[in-house]
Amino acid sequence: MASAPPAAIAATPTADPSTPLLVMEGVTKSFPGVVALSGASLRVGRGEVHALVGQNGAGKSTLVRILTGAHRRDGGTVVFDGRPIDFRSPQAAQVGGVSTIYQEINLVPYRSVAENIFMGREPRSFGLINWRKMNRDARALLARLGIRIDVTRPLLELNVALQQMVAIARAVSFDSKLVVMDEPTSSLDDREVETLFNVIRGLKADGVSVLFITHRLDELYAVCDRVTIMRDGVTVDERPMAEIGKLELVARMLGKELGEVRREGQTGFRDAGRRAGSGRALLEVDHIERGRALQGATVAVREGEIVGLAGLLGSGRTEVARVVFGADQIERGEVRFGGQPTHFRGPGDAIRAGIGFCSEDRKVEGIVPHLSVRENLTLAALPVLARHGIVDHDRQREIVDRFIARLGIKTAGPDQPIRELSGGNQQKVLLARWLCLDPKLLILDEPTRGIDVGAKAEIQALVDELADGGLGVLMISSEIEELTEGGDRVVVLRDGRTVAELSHAEADQDTILAAMAQGEGQAAAGDGQAAAGVGVPAAVGGGSA
Amino acid sequence: MAATAPPLPASEPRADAQADRRAQLGSLVQRQGAILALGLTLLFGWWRYGDNGFTGSYNLTEALRYNAMFALIALGMTFVIMTGGIDLSVGAVAVIGSVLAARLSGEGVWVAIGGAVLAGVAVGLLNGGLIAAFRIQPFIVTLATLLAGRGLALILSGNATVSLSTDAFTNGFIELSSRNLGRVPLPAAIAAVAFVAGSVVLNLTRFGRHVLAFGGNEEAARLAGLPVSRTIVAVYALSGGLAGLAGAILAAQTFAGNPNEAVGWELSAIAAVVVGGTLLTGGLGSVWTTLVGVLLLGAIINMLNFESLDPYWQQVIRGLFLLVVVVLQSRLAGRRRSVA
Amino acid sequence: MANARPIHGGMPSGPGPSPGSSTPAAPDLPDRRAGLRDGLLGGARRASAGLGALVLLILYNVVFNADAFLTRQAFNINATQVATIVIVGVGMTLVIATGGIDLSVGALMAIAGSVAAMILLSTRAPWDIPYLGGALAIAIPILVAGAFGLGNGALVTGFGIQPIIATLVLFIAGRGIAQVITDGELKSFREPDWQYIGLGRPFGVPFQALLALAVVAVAAWAMRVTTFGRYVLAIGGNEQAARLAGVPVRRVKLAVYAISGLLAGLAGLVEIAINSASDANRVGLNRELDAIAAVAVGGTVLTGGRASVLGTLIGALTIQLIRYTLLTEGASDAVARVVTAGAIVVAVLLQRRRGS
Repeated sequence: MASAPPAAIAATPTADPSTPLLVMEGVTKSFPGVVALSGASLRVGRGEVHALVGQNGAGKSTLVRILTGAHRRDGGTVVFDGRPIDFRSPQAAQVGGVSTIYQEINLVPYRSVAENIFMGREPRSFGLINWRKMNRDARALLARLGIRIDVTRPLLELNVALQQMVAIARAVSFDSKLVVMDEPTSSLDDREVETLFNVIRGLKADGVSVLFITHRLDELYAVCDRVTIMRDGVTVDERPMAEIGKLELVARMLGKELGEVRREGQTGFRDAGRRAGSGRALLEVDHIERGRALQGATVAVREGEIVGLAGLLGSGRTEVARVVFGADQIERGEVRFGGQPTHFRGPGDAIRAGIGFCSEDRKVEGIVPHLSVRENLTLAALPVLARHGIVDHDRQREIVDRFIARLGIKTAGPDQPIRELSGGNQQKVLLARWLCLDPKLLILDEPTRGIDVGAKAEIQALVDELADGGLGVLMISSEIEELTEGGDRVVVLRDGRTVAELSHAEADQDTILAAMAQGEGQAAAGDGQAAAGVGVPAAVGGGSA
Repeated sequence: MAATAPPLPASEPRADAQADRRAQLGSLVQRQGAILALGLTLLFGWWRYGDNGFTGSYNLTEALRYNAMFALIALGMTFVIMTGGIDLSVGAVAVIGSVLAARLSGEGVWVAIGGAVLAGVAVGLLNGGLIAAFRIQPFIVTLATLLAGRGLALILSGNATVSLSTDAFTNGFIELSSRNLGRVPLPAAIAAVAFVAGSVVLNLTRFGRHVLAFGGNEEAARLAGLPVSRTIVAVYALSGGLAGLAGAILAAQTFAGNPNEAVGWELSAIAAVVVGGTLLTGGLGSVWTTLVGVLLLGAIINMLNFESLDPYWQQVIRGLFLLVVVVLQSRLAGRRRSVA
Repeated sequence: MANARPIHGGMPSGPGPSPGSSTPAAPDLPDRRAGLRDGLLGGARRASAGLGALVLLILYNVVFNADAFLTRQAFNINATQVATIVIVGVGMTLVIATGGIDLSVGALMAIAGSVAAMILLSTRAPWDIPYLGGALAIAIPILVAGAFGLGNGALVTGFGIQPIIATLVLFIAGRGIAQVITDGELKSFREPDWQYIGLGRPFGVPFQALLALAVVAVAAWAMRVTTFGRYVLAIGGNEQAARLAGVPVRRVKLAVYAISGLLAGLAGLVEIAINSASDANRVGLNRELDAIAAVAVGGTVLTGGRASVLGTLIGALTIQLIRYTLLTEGASDAVARVVTAGAIVVAVLLQRRRGS
């Protein structure tokens, strides 16, 4: 293999190594109508992996955007590597030693790995690109991260984790002293997360600092040295990771006292378990198969119960929902709804049968951004609201007003474009889209992802109430608390198969995690390991949006 | 560039990756397919029309002379489309070029060519400038310059066909089209050189890679600090310049600058690029397959000339051909989908 | 706030821009006016640039050009010329609202014109029954154009081909097909009754102007009150979300392209009625560009999701009056084209300024 020294990987401290690498103090930032930061601070030491946590809206993203030059601050000081700085753009920050790895991989899929690493700085000789040198250097850089891949392959042929590694290789090739990772693990599975952590540890060993933003608690403890906690635009705490427990961390983020968290529970669910088993069979998903995603998944939902559907990314959770909703077709197995086998050719059929589906990705699969709250709310109900294709405006208005009031949707009015609403209120509109059809079954895919704590509890309480009223709910969630506190039963999927079905009493965190990680057979044996494992999402304060 | 970081697209990475992969495979298969189709078409032409002179040197030379103009325009279009854009103004630019070249044909061959090319570059700079500075869709900007360009050509020509100056027949201008280098007509030689240069630019210069990077992921290109605006402007200027050059050749070939010529050339060029397998969404493509696309479309039209069909059948058959190509293209992508 | 929609938004390329994980900049309760803006006054407000230009143009002509402008003749000229652009533009508005584009409308006008001319000149048409032959010469060409439009829709929905390419096929082939139908000849006819659609003057107003207004009225009404209208906007705004909300995406898209075809067919009939002849080379030439220009100037966002049929009417009138004013001021048709092009760019620029 090529043994040429990598372009630049070890950060050479230019200032006194005992001072912190980054000191942000008293940073303020306002947007029209909103104060995003009112006195935020952040200190990152040299060669330190530093966690930045907080709920959605706490201001972490704004703080990071100011650091990386995406936003300009209104006030406060930023000192990086001994010098006051004020980056004007992400490129300026990159040149100045701060690189950012974004949540969505920002590379060019059709171009080769090497090209992506050196994009914009392609090595040249005689004015033309020197492909041999570029590939050699890329190989050497990746080797330092412990990765051996064919750097001439197009990026899109790599899995997501390797694409992240390429992004990191690109970042360190800039001689970065600080690498900012904004929720880098949101689309990685366990194994991939572990690879990422090894790379982070390698960076640390080379003296590079990492600022790590995540919603997943276990990851913080697995890899971070110190943590900064933000709430409401202010930094509320900064401590070594080892000196703060999970519960206390959550409490600081939420601004609550410790006992309170424990006493109240972390969700808005109250009635799970008390409803169990009385209703008639509503949905029966029987050993369905579809490609590699579904290989024998079985789930049943009765009237008036919430069934939690657990599983890691890629376990087939969303695929089950899409099949039930008629958005995808199965190859084998059977889905029965109200006792009858279903043959939905599309979502329209499922909707007419009485099924609603709130997708995981509100922005891509939920809202129609430019349309009003009213039109978004009644989009699925139009066939019911219309006679001979003409919409009955009075009925439409009546329904919209009723659901805005009932769900407490905060909006300037039904005519406001939905894109102007907060995430929580958008989600309520999407819930209302189905509720106004009075469905028998509601499928919720990550119903509270990316939603602030207040709205989250409201939505959870609403789902609880609906189930009390006889609605069957299939709730997919990555948040263990939502499953343990909300599910009358919890079904766990792994690799497209059902591996466990737990009653409310059985469904505690450890059991669910173990089943997600190892499947039922080894659940007991693997208990401790699973709970300690990294990357298992025990998220707080909103998952990754 | 504004100092605000645009929010990132919240796409599902895995689904995207699959779509990208499909597109890549489809494009690859199609590029091979285009070459195969060209071979088969030529073979068919030789079998069916060989006796009538289809493969005769006269026919081949003249076909190349004529199609060289499309090749030049399609080359520029390839670069534009690789950025994910489109240039509808090339036909209008070509007639501006032909009218200008005809007007300047008495001043010497280089003045005439230079005038046409510079006019094309100017229109391209306007296109690229509007697109890069105001972020208007390329489709709209170049639609506007198509309209304006046709108007401008009419103004420049005084609403009539501009005949070449008599000097043009002696100062070498008409040789721009009529001259042969050995058996190769000069326009074809120019196009060949342009394609070689285009290939070098695309594969061996930063500019070329930036074109592909920008078309593949605009956001990533911006975040990587690539000179995005400059790249866009340059691509449209290149497209305009090549269209201007094609216009000069057109003037030399028809002995006149006719403001009503070159109607629909932009769409023929787009068709050639699409047939060659360059992705219309940008980021993936090759200049050589565009050349294959041009030759394939040219060969089909040429063969039709051997049938005693009315000329309007040409349009029908060209349209049908494009239909077959795009449907096959989508079928290919469809098959990948069900496999994946 | 920071909103960098990819500039190559013409191709349907997945999700639009969206804030990052926790962008705090979107306040919960923006002022009420913001909400009303897109709802009630949406169309008119977005077309306001076009409307302003239109008012200025009219004022200019009234003040400086009253003798010529304030005559029935001038009115008739403008109304006649703008009518087919409006009719085609309405269909284009619907197509663009779903995020598509229809390049084939000019060619479809030619096809409809050819079919109509062949029927009118046919000896086998049932001329002995009053009005039946004329009715067939209206219905069949329109249906033929609609069927081709449906074909465009099938390419877009069934094969997932980008609208610009799918409709490029007929743009290239359509005029050829029209000539095949007429055998490449110019077909002249004289059927005064039938030609009423192009030459009639009920109440002294050109019939086709009333026809265009009727088309606009029906389309504007349909966009406002029917499920179809909501579906069109929902598909253009977020196709995936629309599909998951049970919107029959395929059917709506097929319908939109079919409607565009039907309206193009109608416009083609008007044009040949005016000319008393069908020239497949000229009928509807460049009409797709005029229609797109009218839609753009009218404030319909070219990336889909929003539509203003009235705006398209305003846009078409604006473009028409720009041309008329320039021509009466002695400018050449060529200059008028350049100015029209400038108007399109300015309209889109203003749209961009004001857009989200």
